[in-house]
Amino acid sequence: MRSDVPGRDPDIEQLAGRQVALIDLLDRLLAGGVVLTGDLVLSVAGVDLVHIDLRAVIHSVTADDPPPW
Amino acid sequence: MMSADTVPQLSYVYGVGIAGEALDRAAALLPGVDGGRVRTVGAAGLAALTSSVPADTFAMEGLKAQLEDLARLETVARTHDAVVEAASAHTTVLPMRLATVYHDDRRVAAMLTDRAAELGALLRQLAGHVELGVKVYADVREAAAPAPATADEAAAEMSPGRAYLQHRRAERRTHSDVHRAAASVAAQAAARVAGCAVLRMAHRPQRGELAPATGENVVNEAYLVPAGRVEEFRTALAGLDDEAPGVHLEITGPWAPYSFATPPEPDGPSDAQ
Repeated sequence: MRSDVPGRDPDIEQLAGRQVALIDLLDRLLAGGVVLTGDLVLSVAGVDLVHIDLRAVIHSVTADDPPPW
Repeated sequence: MMSADTVPQLSYVYGVGIAGEALDRAAALLPGVDGGRVRTVGAAGLAALTSSVPADTFAMEGLKAQLEDLARLETVARTHDAVVEAASAHTTVLPMRLATVYHDDRRVAAMLTDRAAELGALLRQLAGHVELGVKVYADVREAAAPAPATADEAAAEMSPGRAYLQHRRAERRTHSDVHRAAASVAAQAAARVAGCAVLRMAHRPQRGELAPATGENVVNEAYLVPAGRVEEFRTALAGLDDEAPGVHLEITGPWAPYSFATPPEPDGPSDAQ
């Protein structure tokens, strides 16, 4: 398999910045964005719970590097 | 495979814009979560970019379970962002937080009507602006890497205990030096972009396995910048970390203005994170 096919090498894609880092995206999608209160399937409390749980999941992936908070 | 008619569907909302042809056209650009067709749901002069998602995986428990699966979370997050980004190229879009799900389109329309004043004000404020991220890293290992040969020679003549203590002292000095330099770079960065950024907000520094392994993230900020001044912003920060060994500054974006789309909650529990 050729590794120099344009657009196929993940390193090249990363260098070109075509795919944003997941952690930067999650900062925005889990802590930013409009939070709509009211008539959601997920209540506001539910959304916040999901938010907190997910941050915990993401941060606890490496137990030897615990977050300082 | 069950047809869409037999599985109850919910309405997933990606973002809200001013109702009109630009948003309608933008909705057709990309598929939504799980390949659903993105449509606009309008009310009160606004319209929501919306697609149908199956109720079994997107109601409360199913949603929580699938978003705790990192691979699935990534897929939903990237799809959400792709829909918002594609539409943002054509019109102002207020991005919703991930997994904003309603029972049906009527509830989406009711939300638009209820929140029209607030959403309209945010749309006016964010029109013509993008978000840029600025992250500053302190990499102690890199700063300590070019150890002078003489230090090793001197250490060879010391007792192991003394050599160890000296090594630890040097490490601590490097650690505080690099962190001080990183704080200085971050302060200079904020000062340099003050002229072209409209708003600034701080995210928590990034930790854990998803964080890049290029040192410790000490500053993680978002700036709201007029779309026409992005290059000016980048130029203002160019080379800022060159003179500080072990300090890296990274710019991300432009993003849709996620970090500036969260209005203060009027009376709900404050998200004191």
